[in-house]
Amino acid sequence: MRRLLSTTLPVAFGYVPLGMAFGVLFTSQLDYSWFMATAMAVFIFAGSAQFLSIGLMANQASLVSVAIAIFLLNARHIFYGLSLLSELKLRGWRRWYMIFALTDESYSLITALPQEKRADQTLHWQITMINQSYWVLGCTIGALFGEGVDIPTESLAFVLPALFIVLCVEQYRAVRSAGLMLAAAGIGALAVWLWSGQMLLVSITLALGLLLVTYRSGRWIATSGV
Amino acid sequence: MDSYIWGVILVGTLATFATRALPFVLLGRFAQHPLLRFLGRYLPPVLMVLLVVYATADLISSSVTLGVVLVSSLCVALLQWTLKNPLISIFAGSLVYALLI
Repeated sequence: MRRLLSTTLPVAFGYVPLGMAFGVLFTSQLDYSWFMATAMAVFIFAGSAQFLSIGLMANQASLVSVAIAIFLLNARHIFYGLSLLSELKLRGWRRWYMIFALTDESYSLITALPQEKRADQTLHWQITMINQSYWVLGCTIGALFGEGVDIPTESLAFVLPALFIVLCVEQYRAVRSAGLMLAAAGIGALAVWLWSGQMLLVSITLALGLLLVTYRSGRWIATSGV
Repeated sequence: MDSYIWGVILVGTLATFATRALPFVLLGRFAQHPLLRFLGRYLPPVLMVLLVVYATADLISSSVTLGVVLVSSLCVALLQWTLKNPLISIFAGSLVYALLI
């Protein structure tokens, strides 16, 4: 247990404060009990999706928009997990739990384990579970704090855009696709202007269309030997 | 009112689980398909930009000026670009925003 705690300590330093930010934002922006923030941390367990849900719920977005937005937001993880999941030997509920709860942070801890320890997959789900406990703890503390202390909502309203700007910068650092990102900004602005009520659904559809066109023309260029 | 948030939690859980379970389904079959690899690379940055527009437009429509949002956004972006620490970027950006409104 001691060893597990010291291995996962860096994740605690990340999850507890970020979870607290989520909790505070949740109870100060929405009229729900702190307990709902805990429920989201237990069941959804995805940072940016939970933050986005706050904004969606404040706008009373339809469940269809919520489902599509969260699916696509998390879709970036699909490719990350491939290598670890292929060696996942656990069976039963532990296997399902690993699939459910495997985050970037747990993934990097597990892949960084020394080879002889990495073979012991009990360690994999224990690490994963302890990491989720940090997240649940942070979200709950933050939600209780936000409920007890009267924080002016307007001053916290920038946390959500700030989180997405951070993710945007990191995406740019990794992919360097300035042209596509500018095009997406144009599509986003257009969708806000013309279809503000359905902005996310409309802009995501248009952006997917743009990506498919880009893909097809890229393939065409590749096959025509340009 | 409570049924709405349980609905959000339910679809949010299913949608998140779907993305985490998908590698199993894709494994070996479609994972190498060039279209999926293309989307896996370029969808995330595009989606992040849309979410930034979505979240900031929400602020601007609630009587905060475009200037305030732009200045605070630039602070976050510059801090993240240089220091690479999300908590610092988000906290400092929100502080700038809270001071400007």
